Amino acid sequence: MKMSQKTALTITVIIFIALLAITFVASRKNPGALNNETSDIAKETALQQYGFYLQPVNEEAGITFRHICPDVDPKVSNIKMQIASVGASASVCDFDNDGWSDIYFTNSGNGSMNALYRNLGNGKFEDVAAETGVANVNIKGTGASMGAVWGDYDNDGFKDLLLYKWGKAELFKNNGGKHFERITEGSGLPDWANINSAIWFDFNNDGLLDIFLGGYFKEIFHLDSLNTTKIMPESFKYANNGGRNFLLKNMGNGRFGDVTKQYGLTTNKWTLAAAAADFNGDNFPELYVANDYSVDEFYLNKNGETFEEIGTEAGVGHIPKSGMNATFGDINNDGNMGVYTTNITEKGILIQGNNYWQPKNGGTQTPSFVNLAQLSGIENAGWSYGAQFGDLNNDGFMDLYVANGFISAKENTSYWYDYSKVTGGNSNIIGDAKNWPDMEGKSQSGYKEDKIWLNNSDAMFEDVSGKVCPPVTYDGRAVAMADLWNRGVLDIIVANQNNIPTIYKNTLAGNHHWVAFDLQGTVSNADAVGARVQIEWEGKKQVQVVTGGMGFASQNQHRLHFGLGAGNQIDQVTIYWPSGRVDKIQTPTIDKLHIIKESQH
Amino acid sequence: MQQQEYGSPRNFISEWTRKNFQYIPPAFITLILLTGQVTFGILDSYVNLIVAIVTSVVGEVVLARLVLGTRKNLASAYITGISVGILIRSNVIWPYFVTALLSIMSKYVLRYKGRHLWNPSNFGVSWMLALSTMNVAGLSMQWGSNLAAMSVIWILGLIIVNRAKRLHVTVTYVASFVILAYIRCLITGDAFLAELSPLTGPMYQLFIFFMITDPPTSVSTKKGRIIVVILVAVVEFVLRLNHSIYAPFYALCMVGPVAKFIDLKMNSPKEQLKPAGAMGS
Repeated sequence: MKMSQKTALTITVIIFIALLAITFVASRKNPGALNNETSDIAKETALQQYGFYLQPVNEEAGITFRHICPDVDPKVSNIKMQIASVGASASVCDFDNDGWSDIYFTNSGNGSMNALYRNLGNGKFEDVAAETGVANVNIKGTGASMGAVWGDYDNDGFKDLLLYKWGKAELFKNNGGKHFERITEGSGLPDWANINSAIWFDFNNDGLLDIFLGGYFKEIFHLDSLNTTKIMPESFKYANNGGRNFLLKNMGNGRFGDVTKQYGLTTNKWTLAAAAADFNGDNFPELYVANDYSVDEFYLNKNGETFEEIGTEAGVGHIPKSGMNATFGDINNDGNMGVYTTNITEKGILIQGNNYWQPKNGGTQTPSFVNLAQLSGIENAGWSYGAQFGDLNNDGFMDLYVANGFISAKENTSYWYDYSKVTGGNSNIIGDAKNWPDMEGKSQSGYKEDKIWLNNSDAMFEDVSGKVCPPVTYDGRAVAMADLWNRGVLDIIVANQNNIPTIYKNTLAGNHHWVAFDLQGTVSNADAVGARVQIEWEGKKQVQVVTGGMGFASQNQHRLHFGLGAGNQIDQVTIYWPSGRVDKIQTPTIDKLHIIKESQH
Repeated sequence: MQQQEYGSPRNFISEWTRKNFQYIPPAFITLILLTGQVTFGILDSYVNLIVAIVTSVVGEVVLARLVLGTRKNLASAYITGISVGILIRSNVIWPYFVTALLSIMSKYVLRYKGRHLWNPSNFGVSWMLALSTMNVAGLSMQWGSNLAAMSVIWILGLIIVNRAKRLHVTVTYVASFVILAYIRCLITGDAFLAELSPLTGPMYQLFIFFMITDPPTSVSTKKGRIIVVILVAVVEFVLRLNHSIYAPFYALCMVGPVAKFIDLKMNSPKEQLKPAGAMGS
């Protein structure tokens, strides 16, 4: 008996030591690490292995913009970098309808200028913000720009500009692609709100684009002139003391009516991102709202007459994280778009993980989702902000770019310990900025590379960060994708906080094919926001949707780009317009941009 | 009928509590969990918690039988499992299994004079957090701002540790933490409330009521326990000055076993069985 116990103890000790050793070795191997290791893989090798290479071309393109952080009141200067950590945005739009995608960058410091880079079509861009009237928009007392989205609210064929701020949001009417007219006064936009997210969408399918604005800080605060320091979230995970959201219905005369309460969007969470698309096949767009310090929300559109928040039932509202992005992508070519949201992962400290919400009952009245981020290998990125799906090597599968990094200040410093003290505390402590330890120039999840995940087919992603582009460790915020040089290739624009943006020109290898569609609504809204395009080829089926902004503080090009791989024929394209009309195109020409007008029959 | 035997309801409750005190701490930690879950939904997944509890309980049953040739009351293992389930945060399941297993195994492997030296969950959680892996983090975030719920937990916790004759441990630790938080704020220049802040979070509720009060890993005298817990607070103070987020766990992990070892060296254990008033995890 004694021998038996001794043997058992010996075995127990061996297993115990083995467990300690295995966990130790595994932790040092650091799989999926969020490190800054970069690879020296040359461009040619990247092209050979992954089929694409991203080269920063700011200088060649003539883009000299640099973002400046918003100013904050000296009362909260101890955590200025925390508060002023957003504001860099990028939105793509062909504002002058010349067939070339242009880029609008927001700036945030008092007196700083926003930039509208007109694509000259020769590889160069020219900042025309000042001459068109959308540059000088950060005048002290009017607030700081946080982002912008383009939408043709009056269906005149030119996209107008909605600029959202910590302050007074602005609406600029696009007069023929030559000049912007400020029509904010009387438009119905809020007098003052701390907005960090906005999208255009036609929630009632009346053919007029409406607006959603997501509030972050409470609208009573002017962050550069505060009379209190009690401005912070009441909880790191369960905060309901953020800014209100706004649902603004387009009344058709350049005026927008506030229907927020009427439509049931009454929460006060800290909203950082939103995106809209129809998830139950009734043509009315649902609204996904990503919230910091809380759970995300999913608003079911009930025939355009009201919204019902069903985040918990839909599966997306169970676990509170730090929602900072909402973007759509059909990652396994099954004709269903999922929602990718970003959060925070800092090893050993905070493991939230990003989410990919795959619909599990496509087309039913009440959508529900399952999180496939872990299975797909796109869960852990770092302190992520904006993200976009796009087929970067035209192989027929949507890849993923995620902006990363929170605050890159003094190198080899970390604010995480100080942060954990207050974020673990009671609301009276965390909610008051004066209790937060002074950052003293410390970094927090800084100097991180953005994540680039290559979809190796059927939603299995490979981390190719640092292998398909030179190392860049700016604090990425907004990500937008566009075919900037009309080559049938998706290029990437990343707006970096307090820094220059990164303009990646994408070079492809191989003979992959592509097709793109630029939709124009006739019965539906002119921008065709909400229209869904499904292409079928070689037994595959991919869906994309036209949005009026998605991601974080970003907007992709208006046209939808599909990689086809080696496929040299598309069997069928089906376009589901918001109006309910369905257009089908048989075997469209590939390697071509198709401009499609909604049929009126 | 039973009530009449004790004369009055008060006596009945008192007697029942005395005889069945072993079930109070598990019930209390379950209450903390339920409060957090009902009010805020703190559990990302029930599966993780169940894995931790089952691993811990099954581990205890098997190891007690095979290594010690005895049967053990499973209250302690249950508390270990639930502590691991709450204190470890991960998006994958294996850390809950491994942490619970390491915790229970440490009771049977890291022993001196027939007594285990480390508080089980303190050992397991400290090890996993110290590795700083991509898959494991600790519970360092406030569940919410519900002062009423927090007050109930504190009051109940204090009553129970009092009943377990460990109130002096909890009170000494809290007092030491507050004093040292004030000294830290003088050193760092940060607000006193910032230094005090962690004490208001759930991580400390578990630490104060279940880890530092654990009878099997406490030293034998009241005076000794007070000295040890002050030392834990001091080591935590030093670790905090060095920006260690999980300082309390590491401090107990370092001080507790050394103190217990010295105590066992100086005083032979009077009994091998855990006292009835165990709060330990």
